[in-house]
Amino acid sequence: MESIGVLLTSPMNPYLEQELGKRFKLFRFWDFPSADDFFREHSKSIRAVVGSSFIGADAQMIEALPKMEIVSSFSVGLDKIDLVRCKEKGIRVTNTPDVLTEDVADLALALILATLRRICESDRYVRSGAWKRGDFKLTTKFTGKSVGIIGLGRIGSAIAKRAEGFSCPISYHSRTEKPGTNYKYYPSVVELASNCQILVVACALTPETRHIINREVINALGPKGVVINIGRGLHVDEPELVSALVEGRLGGAGLDVFENEPNVPEELLALDNVVLLPHVGSGTVETRKDMADLVLGNLEAHFLNKPLLTPVV
Amino acid sequence: MLKGETPLPQNGHRRNSMAAITGEAEAEAPGVVFVHGSPPFGLPFKDRLLSRFQLIHTSELAESSHVKVMLCMDHTPVTSQTLHKLPSLECIVASSAGVDHIDLPTCRLRGIAVSNGSQAFSEDVADYAVALLMDVLRKISAGDRYLRSGLWPAKGDYPLGWKLGGKRVGIVGLGNIGSEVAKRLVAFGCGIAYNSRKKRPSVSFPYYADVCDLAANSDILVICCALTSETHHIINKDVMTALGKEGVIINVGRGSLINEKELVQFLVEGQIRGAGLDVFENEPIVPRELLELDNVVLSPHNAVVTPEAFEAMQELAIANLEAFFSNKPLLSPI
Repeated sequence: MESIGVLLTSPMNPYLEQELGKRFKLFRFWDFPSADDFFREHSKSIRAVVGSSFIGADAQMIEALPKMEIVSSFSVGLDKIDLVRCKEKGIRVTNTPDVLTEDVADLALALILATLRRICESDRYVRSGAWKRGDFKLTTKFTGKSVGIIGLGRIGSAIAKRAEGFSCPISYHSRTEKPGTNYKYYPSVVELASNCQILVVACALTPETRHIINREVINALGPKGVVINIGRGLHVDEPELVSALVEGRLGGAGLDVFENEPNVPEELLALDNVVLLPHVGSGTVETRKDMADLVLGNLEAHFLNKPLLTPVV
Repeated sequence: MLKGETPLPQNGHRRNSMAAITGEAEAEAPGVVFVHGSPPFGLPFKDRLLSRFQLIHTSELAESSHVKVMLCMDHTPVTSQTLHKLPSLECIVASSAGVDHIDLPTCRLRGIAVSNGSQAFSEDVADYAVALLMDVLRKISAGDRYLRSGLWPAKGDYPLGWKLGGKRVGIVGLGNIGSEVAKRLVAFGCGIAYNSRKKRPSVSFPYYADVCDLAANSDILVICCALTSETHHIINKDVMTALGKEGVIINVGRGSLINEKELVQFLVEGQIRGAGLDVFENEPIVPRELLELDNVVLSPHNAVVTPEAFEAMQELAIANLEAFFSNKPLLSPI
């Protein structure tokens, strides 16, 4: 398989990069001054693309790589892949579900706790020497608070299970009500937001869920409410979120994702009631290795004409 | 109740013998409570107390020789000198969870019952322990710092953290707080084991009589026990060596449960993976070396500081005081 051309879209994982280099003819997208430069030189060499939540395989790339047979995404999210076009052209698509579910759910809880109990702000308080001048302040209890989850898939369910350990009443919104849960269902996000204090985004990003957190939802959540986003930046109308936080119409936010990563609105950097993370949802040593192995396993299966491990298309 | 017969009485009040014989009710006047110290964060507590009890304050100590019960606020020290000035004292209701600021040996000698507030705080402290643990493993504070410094566009992705699921958690002290910690971490897929003074027969988690053995079989230690002369520096270099280089320590108990000098050395040298600390040996002083590390999360003794915890603490303290005056068992004797 050493002659098979594989394009790696970004430096997402050293182990993955290393293994791809051993098994295939690896092209690093970022080694080239521009996408056009790359396509001009190597468009006919690429039979597989390994994408990420940062750069996937959009229409332009698919059109530019006529020999592409498979896109293996180093993510569970598929919003950076033109699935319709892949289907049309018979291009296979795989992602990395399940292996990252626990870490992403853990991160949602970590963000809730850090935001409510002001852990990062407390740490800053100690490091700056302010503790020597006086006690910190009251923070918000988490146990027992109502948690509303948008999207009760693998990740949403895992978040619910963890929040139940803190005796939180759980409610949710999704496209359809899920049978077999004790959680309260709301048919709209606004109703969900009106009836919970902590609103967690845990659904896939699609054209329908773009800006699912908008001004109306934020106002329904209110000045004691907290938004937690471990989905995609585009789930949230970011300027609306920022102004609500700055004006105090929303109590706080824990954000792992942003509309235009790695750029983060400057106004957020000045706020103490937000926790801001550089997209670390699945970012553990253990899980990234599992994700990489899944990508490698899917590619191998494809080129050996075996069933794909985690096909989407 | 004879003095010295049991460690500490569960019910501090001894009715006067006349009332016991005649069956007459105690006088209608509200019970007199000596209030030692002030509520933390200037919280309004006095009004609730005044509606039920008559209060004497520290400044009026000279007139308090007849007082039978003390409400000890926050960590105001109750020394043998304090106790000496209260010869009629039968009960101390402490608002805080820890009671290491109270001269317990003298209380035992004199048969003074002591109750604490840990029931009121256990959920908040457990939440906080999990928050600190998640921060250390997933680098929340460090990642937030990185992002706020503008390094994400400049330097790229932040270094990876470590998965919590499947890790072995060793809880040192499985009391109110330790049990709540265990319950939460089970939902994250952690294995739980514990050490405490005695094995708890109703608990199914594996028990280790020796903290070093617990550490050797754990990836994470969560310190939730009370500070006593036996538990002083219970976490020392032997325990940390047993825990190993990938070990994480979370302390929501008291600073002196850990040999802080040795902890600092282990962290600086990378002999353990990281630590989340809400308490220190000499608060508010934090060892300078820790301020420079990215693998520690530092907190200004804030685990109990929520409005709900203080509300519950006040209610519990009042309930203990009312139990005392009605000759009923204290709700939360230590």
